[in-house]
Amino acid sequence: MSQAHSDAGAGHGSYGSYAIGFILSVILTAIPFAMVMSGQFSQSVNLIGMLVMGVVQIVVHLVCFLHMNTSSEGRWNLVAFLFTVLIIVMLVGLAIWIMVNADMLMMPWMFQ
Amino acid sequence: MFGKLTLEAVPFHEPIIMITLAVVAIAGLGIFGAITYYRKWGYLWTEWLTSVDHKKIGVMYILVALIMLLRGFADAIMMRGQLAIAEGASQGYLPPEHYDQIFTAHGVIMIIFMAMPFMVGLMNIAVPLQIGARDVAFPFLNSLSFWLFVAGAILVNVSLGVGEFARTGWVAYPPLAELGYSPGVGVDYYIWALQLSGLGTLLTGVNFLVTVFKMRAPGMSWMKIPVFTWACTFTNVLIVASFPILTATLGLLSLDRYLDMHFFTNELGGNAMMYINLFWAWGHPEVYILILPAFGIFSEVISTFSGKKLFGYTSMIWASGAITVLGFVVWLHHFFTMGSGANVNAFFGVATMVIAVPTGVKLFSWLFTMFRGRVQFTTPVLWTLGFMVTFTVGGMTGVLLAVPGADYVLHNSLFLIAHFHNTIIGGAVFGYLAGFTFWFPKAFGFKLDERLGKGAFWCWITGFFVAFMPLYVLGFMGMTRRLNHYDNPMWQPYLIVAFFGAGLILCGILFQLAQLVVSLRNRESLRDVTGDPWGGRTLEWSTSSPPPFYNFAVTPSVRALDAFQDMKERGEAYLRPDHYAPIHMPKNTSAGLIIGLLGAVFGFALVWHIWWLGAVSFIGMIATFIARSYNEDVDYYVQPDEVERIENLHHANFAAPRQALNTQPVAEQI
Amino acid sequence: MSSTVMHSNHAVAHDDHEHHDTGGNTVFGFWLYLMTDCILFASVFATYAVLVNHTAGGPSGKDIFELPYVLGETALLLVSSCTYGFAMIAAHRGFKGPTLAWLAATFVLGAGFIGMELNEFHHLIAEGFGPDKSAFLSSFFTLVGMHGLHVTAGLVWMIVMMLQVCRRGLTDRNNTRLMCLSLFWHFLDIVWICVFTIVYLMGTI
Repeated sequence: MSQAHSDAGAGHGSYGSYAIGFILSVILTAIPFAMVMSGQFSQSVNLIGMLVMGVVQIVVHLVCFLHMNTSSEGRWNLVAFLFTVLIIVMLVGLAIWIMVNADMLMMPWMFQ
Repeated sequence: MFGKLTLEAVPFHEPIIMITLAVVAIAGLGIFGAITYYRKWGYLWTEWLTSVDHKKIGVMYILVALIMLLRGFADAIMMRGQLAIAEGASQGYLPPEHYDQIFTAHGVIMIIFMAMPFMVGLMNIAVPLQIGARDVAFPFLNSLSFWLFVAGAILVNVSLGVGEFARTGWVAYPPLAELGYSPGVGVDYYIWALQLSGLGTLLTGVNFLVTVFKMRAPGMSWMKIPVFTWACTFTNVLIVASFPILTATLGLLSLDRYLDMHFFTNELGGNAMMYINLFWAWGHPEVYILILPAFGIFSEVISTFSGKKLFGYTSMIWASGAITVLGFVVWLHHFFTMGSGANVNAFFGVATMVIAVPTGVKLFSWLFTMFRGRVQFTTPVLWTLGFMVTFTVGGMTGVLLAVPGADYVLHNSLFLIAHFHNTIIGGAVFGYLAGFTFWFPKAFGFKLDERLGKGAFWCWITGFFVAFMPLYVLGFMGMTRRLNHYDNPMWQPYLIVAFFGAGLILCGILFQLAQLVVSLRNRESLRDVTGDPWGGRTLEWSTSSPPPFYNFAVTPSVRALDAFQDMKERGEAYLRPDHYAPIHMPKNTSAGLIIGLLGAVFGFALVWHIWWLGAVSFIGMIATFIARSYNEDVDYYVQPDEVERIENLHHANFAAPRQALNTQPVAEQI
Repeated sequence: MSSTVMHSNHAVAHDDHEHHDTGGNTVFGFWLYLMTDCILFASVFATYAVLVNHTAGGPSGKDIFELPYVLGETALLLVSSCTYGFAMIAAHRGFKGPTLAWLAATFVLGAGFIGMELNEFHHLIAEGFGPDKSAFLSSFFTLVGMHGLHVTAGLVWMIVMMLQVCRRGLTDRNNTRLMCLSLFWHFLDIVWICVFTIVYLMGTI
């Protein structure tokens, strides 16, 4: 209740944090695009590379642009986010598992 | 100009519908005339329709829920009547295309437009009071949620007279729900009714989460939150996590129907099973959304009327939390037979059975709360005891259905119908009716008649068992759901018994209506002047009944779980401050009402493909919202002398009864 | 028992709390809304993942995606995130003019993104690869289009905010709303990371 401004509940950035975030994002975007467009890597290397870069870039955005942190004001935002990630992992993971299983058993020609 | 809408959309040839419409029209005209005659439009507009007061919004939710209960029950008894006679040569009185709409409407109405608003209404009335708040975090949003829900309810009811409702069952599975097999407007009504009310529910979830997270009275740490508020909080977590899935699923179905896409079609790679998958990824959390608040109500009721603190408060909270998370990993048990293979079925079967554990923990907590308590057998307690028996039966048949092998036999049979009515009626509905009786004096200032309440309970519970136990048997005998006619004379006796059960439930409902009328007439003798008619334990009982619009003249400060009981024990319960501070309150607004009604128009326009009207009403909704955001005059301060005047009135009212209360032996109060 | 009680000082303190915390409540509430939006997108992503191979004889991602074009769209969004950040810094320092200028820059970049996306959609449909041609194309158009609709909503909101800042200045209320829009805009960027990774990059390899 002591914030001078009413936009409490999420932090502010500085030019520095935005600049760092921007530079990291450019790098993390450029690498997977370059990997795929060059066509020099195997499919699995490409896949792992882009997924790792994607996850790291999401974290960079969360920290540098959305200013997510563990401070007392931001803690519930973080908890809400982590819970959402849990739900999404369960939802998407289980949904794909269910559907792939059903497709394999009932439409096996799709997997030949 | 009017899209697909022509005069032929009104079913003039269906006598049942036309009679219903006539009755509704006469009743509507009567109410309209009465309001005009008594010049109550202004009162209705300023005190109710545009109100942002959570208590009034809660009352309006429950009013709509009760009306929809009547509609949904009418559907139910029509189906039971049809099945009691439609054997062999007799075709009954409901042709298939009408019967199919009735079972769809019954499911949609009972879940989305009866149970949900009843639950949300009780939450609106009780939660802010229980945490010592003056209102919810976003009062305007609360009003908007209500009116979006009303918009959905309007669409469902309009479908009765203009066009048709879906014939797909309340789940609207494709490919049946696709344009090729349901070319009429029924499924479109279904989609837009659910989308609008679902949006309202989602906003309610966000609103109440912020309220509980940020607006608790000072001193109310997490483990001092009343158990009903905890239950609602978990429900709201489930709402914000699951309703977006419904929005997405119905959105994809409407893209199939409106823009010729192929998500769930039979052609061009569509996969109808994905709809079933997504639908239940919402649908299963939805049943916990309905049941958790009921669990919370039972906890409050049992603890209050046993005169003891709740046994195992902490384990109760953790059990609810466990149910919340586990509720997201069991949805496949609704479609074991879809063909996902043994590993998948085994995982979801086991996860489903695991949920029985935290639920069992809760049942034992309620039993131990009553143990060595001085239980008063009031109506809410009867509902609770009835629930404990009924829900246990329903839970056990649920565990039975969680065995994939058994499910292959019982899937889509009346056994399933009996099971989920057993949990939803015996769990959620009994809970809401307990909560209705429990908090009615808080909302209106007088208690409900006990004798009629008990009559309603006994009719409901015997009616329930008479109506649904035969369905278990019929399920084993192989009768599937959604039949409007059958050729097996062995089934008929059971279906006739079930019809009489529905008749008993009708008596229960009539008792409740009578209870409302009689209580209203005897309200002076039933009046609750203290604000604490039951010897309550939580903060909602510390303020007057009905509470002043600002809820608490002074924000209570909480030192223990069961905060009001703690205050009473310390002798601080009815103390008054030496002066009052100004109270910051939101102003009424009609924006929610306008957006909600435009939403109903928007839905109607899309159902009938009246594109210009859809565009106009959509732009109207956005414009109203933006205009509202320009309005800075949205709140005001209640001045201390006004607060003092209201508080003096309340304290003068109950000075005498309070004396009596304080001279009672302490043991009786604790 | 005496009627004069200790609560009075407390009441004053609480009133302050109520008044000042409203902005915090709004931002937290908006954050929760964003979480629900995450789950909305997750549902559609799951659908896309299930249907991505259901091309029904039509084109697959490999045949229709043009990575350089997508890289251009990505660049626009990324720069717009940065300009919005600068708008927030200016707003926080109370500089009305720079705030408006950065908001306008963000708007232009966002509108550019939408323009590029519409152009891509237009080309696909013109070539006969519209959303009604296969389950894969339905889910592709819906997923990417849903992100586009969100960006469009953000643009409308941005216009409203620019007008409100123009008219009323950087009041507490406007700052709170700018904060919410900031969360929304950066959140859409995160969704776009998922889109270009899962749809475009994974579809091309």
